[in-house]
Amino acid sequence: MSTEVPPLLRLQDLQTWYPIREGLMRRTTGWVQAATDVSFDIAPGQTLALVGESGCGKTTVGRSILRLESPQKGVVLFEGQDLLELSAESMRAARRRIQIIFQDPMASLDPRMRIRDQIAEGMKSFGIGVDENDRRARVAELMERVQLDPATMDRYPHEFSGGQRQRICIVRALAVEPRLIVCDESVSALDVSIQAQILNLLRDLQDDLGLSYLFITHDLSVVRYLADDVAVMYLGKIVEQGPTQRIFEAPAHPYTKALLAAIPSIDPMQRGGAPPVMGDVPSPSDPPSGCHFHTRCSVVMDRCSREVPPLFPVTGTNGTKGEQGRSRCFLAEESESRSLG
Amino acid sequence: MDVESYVVSNSVTLGLVLACVWVARVVGREPIWRDAARQLWSRRRLAIVVVALYMTIGLVDSIAWKGGIPEDVVDVLPNAPLTLLDRAFLGTKEASYSAPFASVEFYGAEALKRPGQHPFGTDILGRDVLYLSLKGARVALLIGGLTSLIAIPLALIFGVGAGYFGGRFDDFVFFLISTLASIPGLLLLIALIMAMGRGTLSVCIALGVTSWVGFCRLTRAETLKLRELDYVSAARALGVPELRIVIRHILPNLAHLIVITFVLMFSGLVLSEAVLAWLGIGVDGSWGQMIDGARDELSRDPIIWWNLSASGAALFVLILAVNSVGDAIRDVLDPRTLKDSS
Repeated sequence: MSTEVPPLLRLQDLQTWYPIREGLMRRTTGWVQAATDVSFDIAPGQTLALVGESGCGKTTVGRSILRLESPQKGVVLFEGQDLLELSAESMRAARRRIQIIFQDPMASLDPRMRIRDQIAEGMKSFGIGVDENDRRARVAELMERVQLDPATMDRYPHEFSGGQRQRICIVRALAVEPRLIVCDESVSALDVSIQAQILNLLRDLQDDLGLSYLFITHDLSVVRYLADDVAVMYLGKIVEQGPTQRIFEAPAHPYTKALLAAIPSIDPMQRGGAPPVMGDVPSPSDPPSGCHFHTRCSVVMDRCSREVPPLFPVTGTNGTKGEQGRSRCFLAEESESRSLG
Repeated sequence: MDVESYVVSNSVTLGLVLACVWVARVVGREPIWRDAARQLWSRRRLAIVVVALYMTIGLVDSIAWKGGIPEDVVDVLPNAPLTLLDRAFLGTKEASYSAPFASVEFYGAEALKRPGQHPFGTDILGRDVLYLSLKGARVALLIGGLTSLIAIPLALIFGVGAGYFGGRFDDFVFFLISTLASIPGLLLLIALIMAMGRGTLSVCIALGVTSWVGFCRLTRAETLKLRELDYVSAARALGVPELRIVIRHILPNLAHLIVITFVLMFSGLVLSEAVLAWLGIGVDGSWGQMIDGARDELSRDPIIWWNLSASGAALFVLILAVNSVGDAIRDVLDPRTLKDSS
């Protein structure tokens, strides 16, 4: 990651924990550690994929950026502003620059509102467009852009198919001219053929409008197609991050290796490889000591349960120079010291 | 300002009619509601006609003006404002009891002024029972409607507020609900009516204050569910202010609950008034009061049965029709039974 262009979004040590309250006085008796020390950059026009199992906190990170959740700590630097420091009113204005597209296109459209009104809602609240006719024309233009028939703008969500609804959600987000779109599992609920259409659409939009995406997903094939960089999350922490190509070709963290090995392949020779991850994700309210992954890791060492590994820089293999992301594993430290020494 | 009550009543009626026309136009514009209305009509034609009939009677009994009383009518004050219904039954008052379709009085066999023209007979004062029963329709609609207009907004403000904003307001609302629920309903009703004095309005307020709790719980739970949905998050991400989210996204998605509750609550309220009337604190002119009055008539010999039958039947038919429509509305609007549920 070069630092010549200032990043559009920079997360520094973001922490979102949910209190567990019990008893009459609602005392806080514990914390669900949904996201801890999450840091990454997204450059303008780039896509970062945030990958992980269900419940690893990737959705929490996405929602925290828009302050749909309330993070305890950290910095969310967007276009030079720390979003977590903003007043409610300034945050409202900042939301115009960041939008979110959700997983379930059924639940993310209001069933009792015409799609025209839903698309225009953001424009209205940010004062985009002179009057109703102007906004209507804009809605039509945007709908055409995502291959929806503008004549259907007066219909209700239930009259559209899943893929069409997801397009409507995209139009709704685009209507306020954002710079960054958080796609929270945005294609997971769709058929594979529809997924491809939506992914192509997102890619075209990125090329035309210079959008940045934070693509939250558990589907690694989608990541490879769309992402410039990948961050792998496990139990609230980023365990490995780096350029997509390096992550896929030379994963450094045992968890990433296991995830990649779990991608189904039609080529029998490609099967096997790294051992699969056994068991379930431990509870985020009581994470394991040391490295969170040590309970399921195939190459676990003694120190893993005692010490918390920091993010070690990963240097590129086969000729690529410089830092190629980071890995939260002591094995990366060893390889680093080897390459240094 | 010294506005006579019949002028107020006329303008309120006009306002209600205009409101109904407006609602009908909104329903006609929104396909979701239009389909529901069409389905409802195909399912419960008879019940809807019956309810409409009662409403028409109530309407006819709500438009009043002064004057225009024929010289030969002596039962009413010459300057009294009379409704259309009153005018239709002008001069039907007899001297005493008469049985349905009788040509002579029940006791004494004196000839009636209008023999054979009282399908439900006359009461102790010689008033036509059909006329009294029809007059009860307006009172029943007033009790059900006005009370719902008090109870439903109360429940919505507390329920949606508690569900959406949570925190201290939620605690407060729950405290209020628990407190109200721990006082015997009937006693609270009686106490409130005694404190405010008898009258239609105070009965409606008392019924309203005691009947919002159940619906409040329902709206709170539903709002808790709705506010976590992605389209509410999306609206928030689009910078829509919280109050606007409540009005544009939460309330329309509660609308089916409001309609269902209104209809089902309505019949319960009319019946509650009948109970209150039996306790002697009902509303003047209601079926409840007629039934209460007819109690003593049953002990006469030979028995006077038509008072009780007419008022009971009028009440029964309305409640049955409203409940039947209410059931159908629930089927039509319940998202779980909706064909195109989304």
